[in-house]
Amino acid sequence: MAQSNAESAGSVEVPASEHGAGFPPFNSHTFASQLLWLALLFVALYVLMSRVALPRIGSILEARRRHIDADLAEAQRFKDASDAAIAAHETALADARGRAQALANETRAKAAAAADARRKQVDAKLHDRIREAEKAIAVTRSSAMANLRGMAVEAAGAIVERLTGVTPASEEVGQAVTKVLKR
Amino acid sequence: MDPIHQFEIKNLLPIAHIGGIEIAFTNSALFMLIGLATILLLMLGATRSRALVPGRLQTVAEVSYEFVATTLRSTAGPEGMKFFPLVFSIFMFILVLNLMGIIPYAFTVTSHIIITVAFALLVFLTVVIYGFWQHGLHFLKLFVPSGIPIYILPLVTAIEVLSFFSRPVSHSVRLFANMLAGHITLKVFGGFVVMIGGFGFLGWLGAALPLALTTVLTALELLVAVLQAYVFAILTCIYLNDAIHPGH
Repeated sequence: MAQSNAESAGSVEVPASEHGAGFPPFNSHTFASQLLWLALLFVALYVLMSRVALPRIGSILEARRRHIDADLAEAQRFKDASDAAIAAHETALADARGRAQALANETRAKAAAAADARRKQVDAKLHDRIREAEKAIAVTRSSAMANLRGMAVEAAGAIVERLTGVTPASEEVGQAVTKVLKR
Repeated sequence: MDPIHQFEIKNLLPIAHIGGIEIAFTNSALFMLIGLATILLLMLGATRSRALVPGRLQTVAEVSYEFVATTLRSTAGPEGMKFFPLVFSIFMFILVLNLMGIIPYAFTVTSHIIITVAFALLVFLTVVIYGFWQHGLHFLKLFVPSGIPIYILPLVTAIEVLSFFSRPVSHSVRLFANMLAGHITLKVFGGFVVMIGGFGFLGWLGAALPLALTTVLTALELLVAVLQAYVFAILTCIYLNDAIHPGH
């Protein structure tokens, strides 16, 4: 690079000697014009940028940012409203579920109590009937036992008479039967 | 074929001679004018409708606005925004002039050191004047970093002063040299294509390599054009930051 640079600098030596400088960027004769135009045009650029273009773009960006912020805020408001609605809905649902639960419990308790009362009633009735039946059985049994004793006395008397030919006294037989029955 | 020919200033319209100094409307001035018109078309024409949903050109204008604003704000802080029009004008002007220079037959205004020196001195003087106006002699704290042991402080201060005054040199030469070197390289390889291509059919084959290189270099120059405009702008931001916060 440096070589080609030097070479080319050498090759333009001829016009350089005429104008007093060789390499164009170092030719001081052109500096005044370049600086003048640079100053004029750069000042124009600076003024137009700082007065018009940059404030305009700044305001465009600011307006867009505000618009987006407003939209986001609105979206947030809608979201909050929908959240509140969902919360209310869930509370109502929970309430209803709780009420249904309470109602079911109450009904179940009532039904259980009714069933219990009815069972007790039936139990008592059954108990009474069992007691009556037992009493009847006891009466029947004692009468049957009394009959049994009479039959046993007669039978014993008949057996003794048949075996011995002697008719025993009914009191004796009665005593003997009573003694056996007691055993 | 002469790779230097492209940098020559041609008088298109002589205007005046003031004390032996020639003032003329030159090709450099013409391209500065075209560059200015391009920027105005983009920044004013494309934003005329102030569309809420921007079109393509308005998007370009907005993106360049926000790009420079973000760069300046992150480098020089919110107070730096008072220099936003300056930084923006410098960035856009250099960017457009750099990019226009890649167009064949176009003149590259930024390949002349007087232009880049003018920009660098504009920034340098802005920094110095604003620094003293805003901070008075406290601006000189810029050269005396805090937390340095007293026995090496003179050395550090000397280095700081030296680096401060070499800023406009490096600031201007970087842009100038990049543009100059890039365009010379392009021209040299372009010259090879014409030269080798002149040897008939075999020459055409031979010219393919420099042609491919020229294509690649053009892409590289496009990158350099944008990058150097950005580098110039961000260095401007960094220097302005010194004028705003000289304590650091």
